[in-house]
Amino acid sequence: MSEKNHNVSRRQFLTYTLMGVGGFMGSAMIMPMVRFAVDPILRAEAASDMYELTEVENLTDEPQSFPLSFEQDDGWVTQQVEETVWAYLDGEDVVALSPVCTHLGCTVSFGGDESNPDQFFCPCHFGRFEQDGTNVPGTPPTEPLHRYEHEVRDGIVYVGRPQSQQ
Amino acid sequence: MLQRIYDWIDDRIDITPIWRDIADHEVPEHVNPGHHFSAFVYCFGGLTFFTVVIQILSGMFLTMYYVPDIVNAHASVEYLQSEVAFGMIVRGMHHWGASVVIVMMFLHTLRVFFTGSYKKPREINWVVGVLIFFVILGLGFTGYLLPWDMKAYFATQVGLEIAISVPVIGDLLGELLAGGEIIGAQTLTRFFAIHVFFLPGALLGLIAVHFIMIRRQGISGPL
Repeated sequence: MSEKNHNVSRRQFLTYTLMGVGGFMGSAMIMPMVRFAVDPILRAEAASDMYELTEVENLTDEPQSFPLSFEQDDGWVTQQVEETVWAYLDGEDVVALSPVCTHLGCTVSFGGDESNPDQFFCPCHFGRFEQDGTNVPGTPPTEPLHRYEHEVRDGIVYVGRPQSQQ
Repeated sequence: MLQRIYDWIDDRIDITPIWRDIADHEVPEHVNPGHHFSAFVYCFGGLTFFTVVIQILSGMFLTMYYVPDIVNAHASVEYLQSEVAFGMIVRGMHHWGASVVIVMMFLHTLRVFFTGSYKKPREINWVVGVLIFFVILGLGFTGYLLPWDMKAYFATQVGLEIAISVPVIGDLLGELLAGGEIIGAQTLTRFFAIHVFFLPGALLGLIAVHFIMIRRQGISGPL
């Protein structure tokens, strides 16, 4: 047994085993903590619940605002959240729009600008949207108002979460 | 590749002497378990430091979910332990590690005592070690309240009454620690701040002094 015939020297062998065991122990320590830290981004997004908004017969051709209140789960906290939904009938179809301006997040209202009574208007930077939520070219917003997912059951409109139209 | 990156950096800022200075130190035969197995008793100081490192790391991660607020503290602990992936393990590391630190530190103290390592010229390091001991006890005491359950609440009540029993300044001390006259919202935030910022800062400073003195004075001789 001479040292020369070994492909792996004693020193290398020790280095490999110590690094291996050390790496294993180190990762056993770090891995749970890293997984713990990234948990929120790996959590499967819960299918959004649908909440009752109003009865279909309350809707007209003209957008009206309806309050929407629902329970939102936020980690260990469940809280009551209030939102406003602008809804109208487009023929037979229900259209439910979010009043959050797609420019910088102010709140728009229908007919808020006297000179454009049939448009949504944002008072912050004078952004405007058509009745169907399409942003008016030449005003600050760069995409249409978000639309709520919705369904109609037994004459009642249920809405989910607003979705981007792009 | 790694070697080339290292060389590139070393070429410019000469880092080799820095880590050489930290890594190269004398380990006498009588403290090396490879020579005499009974020398494992000399490992307890290092093991204490190792568990302290685990405590700091796992504690840092726990604060990603924990809130020091009387309404939500317990709910957030329950959430991170039962809902978050590996929550039981990360909180378990911190929970059990707290006891392991105390045990290791106690064994380290016994070793230093029975090998007479506290004698001249190492008296100052013994004093610093005792200060570290108190800081660790403080970390254990303040951390115990944070889950904000019944055990935490009453353990803190007992601890505060011990502080109040101190002659003359007791009442003042108790009120200062609790941040008021009851154990409540201000006690929790106060204990959180002490547990997470004040004591770890003090601990790291004392440990640095502890280690620098070991390097200065070397490891004490054999019995």
